[in-house]
Amino acid sequence: MKRYSYFPGCSLTATAVAYGLSVEAVSEILAIELAELEDWTCCGSTPYSCFDELESVCIAGRNLALAEKTGLDLVTPCSACYSTLKRADSHLKAYPELRSQVSEIFQATGLEYQGKVKVRHLVDVLLNDVRPEEIEDKVVIPFDGLRVAPYYGCQLVRPDSSFDDPEYPQSLTRLITILGAEVTPFPLRSRCCGGTLIISETDVAVSMMRELLESAQSNGAECIVTVCPLCQTNLDVYQGMVNSKFKTSYDLPVLFLTQLMGMAFGIEPGALGLDRNVVSPGKVLAQHVAARA
Amino acid sequence: MANQAYQVTVEEDGFVDEVCSVPGGECVNWCVQCGMCAASCPSVSWMDHSPRKMIALIRAERRQDVLASNSMGFCASCYLCTVRCPKGVKVTELMHVLESLAVRHGVTNGRTATPAMHRAFVESVKSDGRIHEFGFMRRFYLKTNPLAALKMIPLGLKMFSHGRLPLRAKKAGGTDQLRAIVKKAEALGGAK
Amino acid sequence: MSQHEHDAEPRIGVYICHCGSNIAGTVDVERVAGFAQGLDSVAVARDYKFMCSDPGQQMIKDDIKELGLNRVVVAACSPRMHEPTFRRVCQEAGVNPYLFHMANIREQCSWVHEEGATEKAMAIINAAVTRAYHLQPLETREVPVSPATLVVGGGIAGIQAALKIADAGYKVYLVEREPSIGGHMIQLDKTFPTLDCSACILTPKMADTGSHPNIELMTWSEVVDVQGYIGNFKVTIKKKPRYVDMDKCNSCGVCMEKCPWKADSEFDVGLGKRKAIYTPFPQAVPNVPVIDTEHCVYFTRDGACRACEKFCDPDAIDFNQTEELVDVDVGAIVVATGYDLMDPSPIREYGYGRLDNVLTSLEFERMCSATGPTGGELKLKDGSTPQSAAIVHCVGSRDTNYHEYCSRVCCMYALKYSHLIKEKVEGADVYQIYIDMRCYGKGFEEFYQRLSDEGVNFIRGKVAQVTDRAISDEEKGKLVVVCENTLLGSMMRLPVDMVILCPAMEARSDAREVARQFNINQGADAFFLERHAKLEPVATASDGIFVVGCAQGPKDIPDTVAQAGAGAAEALALIDAGVVVVDAATAAVNAELCSGCKTCLELCPYGAITFNEEDKVAELSDVLCKGCGTCVAACPAGAITGRHFTDQQIMAEVEALLADAKRPLVAV
Repeated sequence: MKRYSYFPGCSLTATAVAYGLSVEAVSEILAIELAELEDWTCCGSTPYSCFDELESVCIAGRNLALAEKTGLDLVTPCSACYSTLKRADSHLKAYPELRSQVSEIFQATGLEYQGKVKVRHLVDVLLNDVRPEEIEDKVVIPFDGLRVAPYYGCQLVRPDSSFDDPEYPQSLTRLITILGAEVTPFPLRSRCCGGTLIISETDVAVSMMRELLESAQSNGAECIVTVCPLCQTNLDVYQGMVNSKFKTSYDLPVLFLTQLMGMAFGIEPGALGLDRNVVSPGKVLAQHVAARA
Repeated sequence: MANQAYQVTVEEDGFVDEVCSVPGGECVNWCVQCGMCAASCPSVSWMDHSPRKMIALIRAERRQDVLASNSMGFCASCYLCTVRCPKGVKVTELMHVLESLAVRHGVTNGRTATPAMHRAFVESVKSDGRIHEFGFMRRFYLKTNPLAALKMIPLGLKMFSHGRLPLRAKKAGGTDQLRAIVKKAEALGGAK
Repeated sequence: MSQHEHDAEPRIGVYICHCGSNIAGTVDVERVAGFAQGLDSVAVARDYKFMCSDPGQQMIKDDIKELGLNRVVVAACSPRMHEPTFRRVCQEAGVNPYLFHMANIREQCSWVHEEGATEKAMAIINAAVTRAYHLQPLETREVPVSPATLVVGGGIAGIQAALKIADAGYKVYLVEREPSIGGHMIQLDKTFPTLDCSACILTPKMADTGSHPNIELMTWSEVVDVQGYIGNFKVTIKKKPRYVDMDKCNSCGVCMEKCPWKADSEFDVGLGKRKAIYTPFPQAVPNVPVIDTEHCVYFTRDGACRACEKFCDPDAIDFNQTEELVDVDVGAIVVATGYDLMDPSPIREYGYGRLDNVLTSLEFERMCSATGPTGGELKLKDGSTPQSAAIVHCVGSRDTNYHEYCSRVCCMYALKYSHLIKEKVEGADVYQIYIDMRCYGKGFEEFYQRLSDEGVNFIRGKVAQVTDRAISDEEKGKLVVVCENTLLGSMMRLPVDMVILCPAMEARSDAREVARQFNINQGADAFFLERHAKLEPVATASDGIFVVGCAQGPKDIPDTVAQAGAGAAEALALIDAGVVVVDAATAAVNAELCSGCKTCLELCPYGAITFNEEDKVAELSDVLCKGCGTCVAACPAGAITGRHFTDQQIMAEVEALLADAKRPLVAV
């Protein structure tokens, strides 16, 4: 049993409920224990670091301090939380004055952080801690050539590129092919979906999304798989807005990697939150999944 | 009269030092103005100054031009500039630093709604310890553009009907400690 | 001081240098001189403004003569600066140079302290005088030098160095691993800033090299082992089998004509083909082909074909040739192994290797060259002529993601390409996309000026991407170069037919192995490291081994030739002296105490210790030993002494340094 401290992130109880559900379902099957960090609070993400440097590092650092007590690696499925928590950790290590300020604040509020936590993305765990045979073993209903465009997004592979190539990542290919699906070429697979700009500068984000959908579709994808709640929300919930603005007719279901895995593992669609997807994946999946007994 | 020298005003000194004093801002001195960041930026065409130009302006001590710029508001934090910069300048970090300095100095920019969105986000965190998306978005739209809020209602309904938009906020267990942290940080000089 | 046997009672002269204000500005030199005068065995103590000057040196000589000094201490700068100077002064005045000691009261005292510098200086001098008391006279040795030189690498650097040494009347072994000499320079078309044809200026030198009576040319060969030391290197060279008898071959070229098997031409950087039996280019020196066993069907299919043998009139083909190992004795080695051009494939946003018509500079040189695969005509992949081209600067150079350094030659050859394109294609649009224009050399700025007149478009910005995704009609079918025009502050998308990249000049891919083989160092940029960036640009950490040309760092042809001459001069100076003087401060093994444990063998960084299997004791080469002291400290039996740094000398010095505990020493 592999054990980790688990930081779901705020969106996993709201817009990305499906991610939360599918992560839990899949990790149970793969014997991965994700112990939710008790009393975790928002990591702050990009908006907080644009508001105040010191506060943002404290906010994120609070979760690091809590995780350190568990002695386990801190795993998150959200790319933004991943990037933010890592950033806080490296800032504390690189800037001594910041570290002493944060220490002072932590001491006054009952926390302590010694820099020992390893922050990891869920995909990193699935790729490197679980052997490929273990995943292969659990595939009960393999996909039959479902054409998938793997969307990595930005903050999974940048600015920290220790996990995969920062612009031309390949790591998801292996995971997706084990499930029986086919990975289609996707040149823009690590370009930006617009992120939080979808709220404040919607036009900009929608233009970026259009490029992504076009690149995926024109290269033959039937669906897109993603590993970040914000990417999924943007490409899924706002796909209709792309269509109405640009007079396109994209109809690409956007699935979380764990939803795809869960389906291949034979888990019920409801338990994977497939009913939460706005662009319905039903038709596409049915075409490529072997009939179940 | 012809041949009159163009008077360049240099505003109050110390802006470069101020930027350098914030973690992540010190790399502003390494830039050689090659423009790789600008050419890589997916949202540069919406910015009044490209990232490279922002650095040039910082180094020319043009504090007001920089802080009042809308550039930070269009940064999507995609980090493409950061991984490509040949001098290792952490451009995205710099954008964050600049926006936080704008907040600190109370400089507002009317041409981008992003700072307001960030503030709404922060308020939501301080209030509930976690982001309550519905509350945060409602706060944002009402503050900036209530009419836009009306246009978002169909989308909101779609999200709600798919069970992705809980209407009530749930306060997280660690909220009190988080508020204490924020209070102490503000006392130490953090933004209010 | 303990009892000590001397030939004569030590009479020590102590000289405290002001070094202008470098020392005197912080240290009270007069007080220190007064202190020194009061020490035991000090016959005289003086202070003076510049001890290293003529009057300063004369002062020492006069005192030695008139006061009968037999040991000298100079308290001044670092011994790395002037120890040799003052040792020479002593020797000229009749005092053994190893009875001289230099105390550093500048770098280790006046330059690093403000308070307490005077006290520290006094402590240092106390220690220095004590040491001087215990020093022993030592004799340097002279070792004869082998008169031949090995030059490794037959590019322009190696060729120039070899010619200069050979012209001076000394033998040169020139080893080159390709079938012909010429290096990268022979691949170039015209050279900046004069636009001379590279082959035209190089082939005469190549011919001279090939026919020079003092140069033994070994091409298709590699150095496999280097033993020995300055003046006495033993080098083993592997001569790879050509399968062509060099004595019989008359360079008629029929074998190459008749050979049916082709391979990618290395000389044409993969743009063209060559045969399995080939000379890399028609003007090869020596003009004798080699057989490439990976593409020759005789070797890959067990004795098939043999067309070359059939048609060879002088019967020069010999499939039974084997590799030959040759040992040579040389006194000096000049490493001139050149550079590799960085492969820009990892910079995927530039599309090299993926998009058609994105070329490296070397590929473009071959395309421009009249002897190249297109006969000097500019051609796109589909055979048509490009009407527009963009030249991208700084590909992998000046970039923390690849190489931090500047490759120095690219701005100039980029200008050259602009000119060549304009010349070959009437009305072509040429874009130079640069960050800086580095035109620092003789005639370089003038060349830049000339290009500005030719209507070349200069755009300042670093290219972010080269793409074939068109977003407008005028971009269809073109390569689009994306950058910010930083001088205008606006984004640009430039549709062009051809993109030429200026990749970084890199150290050779096997630089590490070569460095190990010759016992030289690499810098942080992986090029071989010179001994001193300003004052010793061709010497290396290994005495007698010199590095010249691009193996030492990116540079153009004029600088390479100049540096090759410098390397030749150093090699000649060494060989012409006929002997090499060995520093006496080396280690010595007492064979009687040596237990044969071999601990010292592995520790010696200079390979100076060997094991005598018969007597089962360690043996030390005085010439290779640099006196580092590692073996002295490590020997469990205490069988090794460090001459000029004996235990007694060191302990006495340390005790003197710490002598007056009441006098606080500043923190080190």
